[in-house]
Amino acid sequence: MSRFVERHPAWALIVIIAIAVALWLIFAVWPPGLEEAIGRKRVFLNAVFNGITLGGLYFLVASGFTLIFGLMRNVNLAHGSLYLFGGYIGYAISSATGSWVLSFIVAFILTAMVGVLLQVIVFRRMEGQDLRQTMVTIGLSIVFADLMLWACGGDFYQIQTPNWLIGPVELPLVTAIKSSGEPVYLRYPMVRLVIFAASVIIGVAMWLALNRTRIGMIIRAGVDDRDILAATGVRIQLVFVAVFAFGAGLAGIAGVVGGTFQSLSPGEDIRFLLASLVVVIVGGMGSIPGAALGALIIGLAEQLGSVYIPTYAIVVTFLIMVLVLAIRPQGLLARR
Amino acid sequence: MSLAHDARVSVRPVSVAQRPARTWPEINNPAAWIVAVILLIMPLIASGFFLIEIFATTLILGTMALSLMFLAGYGGMVSLMQLTIAGFSAYMVAVLGVSSNANISLGWPWWLAVPMALALATAFGTLGGALAVRTEGIYTIMITLAIGAAFYYFTNQNWAIFNGHTGINTVATPHFWGVNWRADIPFYYIVLAVAALCYFAVEYLSRAPFGLALQGVRDNPRRMAALGFNVNAHRVAAYAFASFVAALAGVLQVWNYRQISPGSVSVGACIDVLIIAVVGGITRPIGPFIGALIFVLLRTFALDFLVRLGLDGNRFRCLIGLGFLAIVFWSSDGVIGLWQRWRQRRGADRFSGGRSHG
Repeated sequence: MSRFVERHPAWALIVIIAIAVALWLIFAVWPPGLEEAIGRKRVFLNAVFNGITLGGLYFLVASGFTLIFGLMRNVNLAHGSLYLFGGYIGYAISSATGSWVLSFIVAFILTAMVGVLLQVIVFRRMEGQDLRQTMVTIGLSIVFADLMLWACGGDFYQIQTPNWLIGPVELPLVTAIKSSGEPVYLRYPMVRLVIFAASVIIGVAMWLALNRTRIGMIIRAGVDDRDILAATGVRIQLVFVAVFAFGAGLAGIAGVVGGTFQSLSPGEDIRFLLASLVVVIVGGMGSIPGAALGALIIGLAEQLGSVYIPTYAIVVTFLIMVLVLAIRPQGLLARR
Repeated sequence: MSLAHDARVSVRPVSVAQRPARTWPEINNPAAWIVAVILLIMPLIASGFFLIEIFATTLILGTMALSLMFLAGYGGMVSLMQLTIAGFSAYMVAVLGVSSNANISLGWPWWLAVPMALALATAFGTLGGALAVRTEGIYTIMITLAIGAAFYYFTNQNWAIFNGHTGINTVATPHFWGVNWRADIPFYYIVLAVAALCYFAVEYLSRAPFGLALQGVRDNPRRMAALGFNVNAHRVAAYAFASFVAALAGVLQVWNYRQISPGSVSVGACIDVLIIAVVGGITRPIGPFIGALIFVLLRTFALDFLVRLGLDGNRFRCLIGLGFLAIVFWSSDGVIGLWQRWRQRRGADRFSGGRSHG
């Protein structure tokens, strides 16, 4: 951090000012002139919160994607299919047993098993041929999409939110002051906050696991040079299977999350594949903090864009990607 | 690194030995002449349905896939946005020309709208290419896929130019010299002419200095840079040429269906073009057309075929996906690779002691 400030003082200043403005916009009571110019603060705050929670969902999807890429150099374009598969499993479990938490566990385990099968049956056979692996994942995503359409039909599914999470909570953020002088606080759906908190916890846990444990050390070494790692006696294939299973399982969990606060239908797989592609291109391939930063940027851009410039929301995301590619082709937080 | 790369090793020695460099490879090949004659007299053989739904569609899709084949086979850049470029040019024909959406279409005559659409689509593709060449290999796939998907969502949301998800309908087709060029037979010949033009252009370019330099860039960019070639300029130029080919196919496509909607530029359709090229084989310009023929035949008849076997006819995409997987698994250069290997093996059997594998 301090090195970044020393190297790029101008950029650091811009970032600090942007953060300060954002914080002021979130915490201060807006003067009337500002409300006239860009609309009410409640709308803005809702868009910001939706963006951050959507970013949490994107992070869950993209972190598995970027982890698999970082270690195995395998662009898994069937990642969106794993997301949708997890979502459908979660829906089936939660509507059969009524347990929301159980649906997460089962979705994680089943998609992780699909991931293990993929790694053992398919990808191990074509190690090092990254382009061919990518082609295979394209073929797999077509087959999976069609099979899921067959099994689940083209309907929209939404996973039932458990009772203890339904309803809004009041946040200590003032949106407006009533004429009586009484402050109005922001009310926001509880389930989204819980999901966001969970994705932050998962992210931090992943970071800790990667940077503080032996397994994490092995994985980081594998990202740097897997041949040398294999030569030191680590059973690299086992590590590959484990990482693939974990990344796939994260996509499954994200499917349940997405099915709870959005909906599941054919086509969502491609939407989330695109989202994770853009997130990791912006954040940097193979970097977990990069995925977090990218997910936050893309989620915020999408939600703020759809509130303030509805027609061109998708273009904003795309422009961010183009800008990052033009300035820093390797992504914002990539090492190389 | 590229799919074409390992396949080339087995294909090259045979063909190089057979013909001197820098001539048209088809001229001494009787099979090529037979195919050409059949294509020319096709309207005598095939009815209207087969002529347009099968053969014209095959040639249009084949031309799109040809642009991808040029980039992937000679440039080593797998671009998933070729259909997006074709779709952009189709949209531009619809927007600039005449259609039933009078509030959007500018109503230009076709001879003005088409060159403009081609120019705009080529510019669009070149810009996308300039963006994509900043990266390599699998990153290129991801970035071009993201461009394609962004265009799809944009056309869905934009009502001012692209008319949202309903798209633009009843696009006018050219009438001149007293001929309705969208009638089955004239349209077939237009499509055939354009496809042949693109095919021979790619064939020529692959042996012209530019194409050879491009193949050098594919095989070893650092060495080419050391020799004084501008690597990125060659790549962007390849994108520009491929964009033009794709844009031509896009114009034909909008004339064929007379309408264009976001569904025609969806991500699935972008991937279909890749499937066509890979199934056919991306080492030779003829591959995409073979792939397109297989794809169109499957798309048209798989439903009847599956129902006759007692299976669910709607699983056509599954069949396509499995076929694609099988091709990627067992033959890295598609159907022509299988054919080539089969011929080699037969040749090896006949002159026993010959090489069994390349």
